Amino acid sequence: MMGFLWFWLVAVMIVGYVVLDGFDLGVGVLHLFLVRNEAERKATLASIGPVWDGNEVWLLAGGGTLYFAFPLLYASAFSGFYLPLMIVLWLLILRGVSLEIRNHLEVGVWQSLLDGVFGLASALLAIFYGAALANVLRGVPLQADGYFFLPLWTTWQPGVSPGILDWYTVIGGLVALVALTMHGALWVTIKTSGELEQRARGIVTPLWAFLVLLTLLSLAATIIVRPASLDNYFHYPVTFVVPAGVVASLAAVWIWNRNAQPLKAFLASSLYLFFMLAGACWGLYPTLMPATTGAANDITLSRALSGPHTLAVGIAWWTFGMALAVGYIVFVYSRFRGKVDAHGAAH
Amino acid sequence: MTAELIHRLHFAFTITFHYLFPQLTMGLGLLIVVLKSVALKTGDETWDRAARFWGRIFAINFVFGVVTGIPMEFEFGTNWARFSRISGGVIGQPLAMEGVFSFFLESAFLGLFLYGENRISRVMHWFSAVMVFLGSWISGFFIIVTDAWMQHPVAYDRLPDGQFEVLSFWQLLLNPWGLLQYVHNMTGAVVTGSFVMAAVGAFYLLEGQRKEYARIFLKVGVITGAIASFAIIFPTGDLAGKYVARNQPAAMAAMEGLFKSEIGAPMVLMGQPNEETGEIDNPIVVNDVLSFLIYGTTKAEVKGLDQFPQDQRPTALPLLFYAYHIMAGLGTWFVLLMAVAALLLWRGRLYTARWVQWALLLSFPLPYIANTAGWMTAELGRQPWLIYGLMRTSEGYSNTVSASNGLFTLIGFMGLYTLLGLLFTVLIYREISNGPEPKPHAAETVAAD
Repeated sequence: MMGFLWFWLVAVMIVGYVVLDGFDLGVGVLHLFLVRNEAERKATLASIGPVWDGNEVWLLAGGGTLYFAFPLLYASAFSGFYLPLMIVLWLLILRGVSLEIRNHLEVGVWQSLLDGVFGLASALLAIFYGAALANVLRGVPLQADGYFFLPLWTTWQPGVSPGILDWYTVIGGLVALVALTMHGALWVTIKTSGELEQRARGIVTPLWAFLVLLTLLSLAATIIVRPASLDNYFHYPVTFVVPAGVVASLAAVWIWNRNAQPLKAFLASSLYLFFMLAGACWGLYPTLMPATTGAANDITLSRALSGPHTLAVGIAWWTFGMALAVGYIVFVYSRFRGKVDAHGAAH
Repeated sequence: MTAELIHRLHFAFTITFHYLFPQLTMGLGLLIVVLKSVALKTGDETWDRAARFWGRIFAINFVFGVVTGIPMEFEFGTNWARFSRISGGVIGQPLAMEGVFSFFLESAFLGLFLYGENRISRVMHWFSAVMVFLGSWISGFFIIVTDAWMQHPVAYDRLPDGQFEVLSFWQLLLNPWGLLQYVHNMTGAVVTGSFVMAAVGAFYLLEGQRKEYARIFLKVGVITGAIASFAIIFPTGDLAGKYVARNQPAAMAAMEGLFKSEIGAPMVLMGQPNEETGEIDNPIVVNDVLSFLIYGTTKAEVKGLDQFPQDQRPTALPLLFYAYHIMAGLGTWFVLLMAVAALLLWRGRLYTARWVQWALLLSFPLPYIANTAGWMTAELGRQPWLIYGLMRTSEGYSNTVSASNGLFTLIGFMGLYTLLGLLFTVLIYREISNGPEPKPHAAETVAAD
């Protein structure tokens, strides 16, 4: 029971991170080719200026929650994915610094450089996150002691000894890149006005078409790479509502974007991310990280769960703390509600 | 180089660089509340501009703290997997609590403080400064609680599979080691913040410009700096030292360079510990003082390193000795300088005493060194233990991550952090050059531009 609860609490933190920091990353990718002048760039960046740092906190809070609720998973996955995680850390550093510092350097050349770094780091982060999730879905070469170490690439084929990157995880990376870029475009549509808003709205359509194709491709690929992902669904057919939710939310994004209802389209896109992640989690449950070396080496919920006392203590403060946190977040978003003005006056 | 050494260097390098930023965040967080409070009470726009100026510096510093802080939480898992696996049930809690209770609070209100001044009332803006300050100090608390459990494990039980688990939430949070180190460490952060503020004030006065702001910075910096510099030695440093002496006597013996147990142990002011001869080379000592400081009497016996088997003595003896002496030596300098500056301020002569202004300006890096040395003292003193008395450092690192992979990412961090350090210096220098006054070409803007 505690295991089930904590599995989904960690999943909620991950969804919170992807939905919230996801649009920051999307804006980062998008601003490279969406904006036409400095005022538009300022407006685009101002749309995430006051919130990106808080959005990133979900990663830290989620990581911490994972750490104490499932220490074995945290220890095994973080050391096993050592190289890509370090690259993610470097990218997070570059993303945060380049975004924040451009406003303090009024020199064109340096600003251009920082904008480029910001866009590229955002794109790579989206790809790495997608690939990371695909790595977990595919499984890793866990040894009997619960540890593994993955090189960045081997033969580019999923199998017993895969690398971080293979054709399957690259698809995962592309899904994340396109999904988050679209998510970011919808955010820009909500927060900006005039031509920029129109252009952001226009770019959603091709991104959406790509995303539909990639989503289908990734679902098919997941079934090929790990057929067991379907077991839970056939066992509890009612849970096919999750993939149905993926389809419905995608359709809703298209309809609401076309009808110029950006907030609704953005929420639909958030739901899409939620259903995709929840669907992946449900495909794994109660495994946390499957082993390519045989199911006996899987890291399962019961194997990784912390002691009962720890979890009982945790549930009390976690509930209280997250209720407070949601309070601040709602408060801040409501203060910054509405469009940023065309000159990026949030600065 | 062994994998153990690489993983230790990896954590040591990234945490040392990281902590350059939060110490200013926490110190400045308090000082900005002081500036905002005066501004709110008197309605004096100069104090508001002063607060905005420090808000801009705070914002830059905060970002560098955030981006260098994220790796720290990850490195428990990436570089110290075996340690994380058995201790996650305990120290994962304060680390997760830092995110949940502190970072959400801090980031939400920092956004309001920096970007929202024209969207909220004056009182609400003051309140957001208070919340940012609180958030940063809560964050510090959870980190100290985490470290305190490694230094002085409490309220734990061991599960059959070797994992530790928490028995009492409150005992974990109220670990006496943690509380003592917390007040000591936060006082250290205030020392950094006030020295930086006073140094900028001194710089402006020496340059003969922005005198109005310079006086505010000097006044706030010197008053807070004098209080904090005194408190860092007594009572916080004194209490922390006594607690170390009782609970980690081997660490204390190594810090003081006391090779042999002595009744009326001397305090070594300077010298070089010689591990081969078991003596201090070129010693400058004061007799009996160490016994007095720890036990309140010159007759007490202080245990020397000879009382501990070789495998329970701190491994990096000379470095630990130097770190401790640098911290203590600089702490003494802070009290002297701030006492003189505070006296001159009280007599109304600080704003003309150029030699003190020079001393304040040149002293701004020293609290950074002292804080770093203090952390080195605590963490080197803990060796050879990762969890004191329970798990050795050699048992905790990720043995699936080879020395070669560890060195690869360590070099990556060194390169990236060199770049960050340069960027930070340029940005802060520009802010100080631009100064607190509103830009002439624009209407008064209110945010982090």
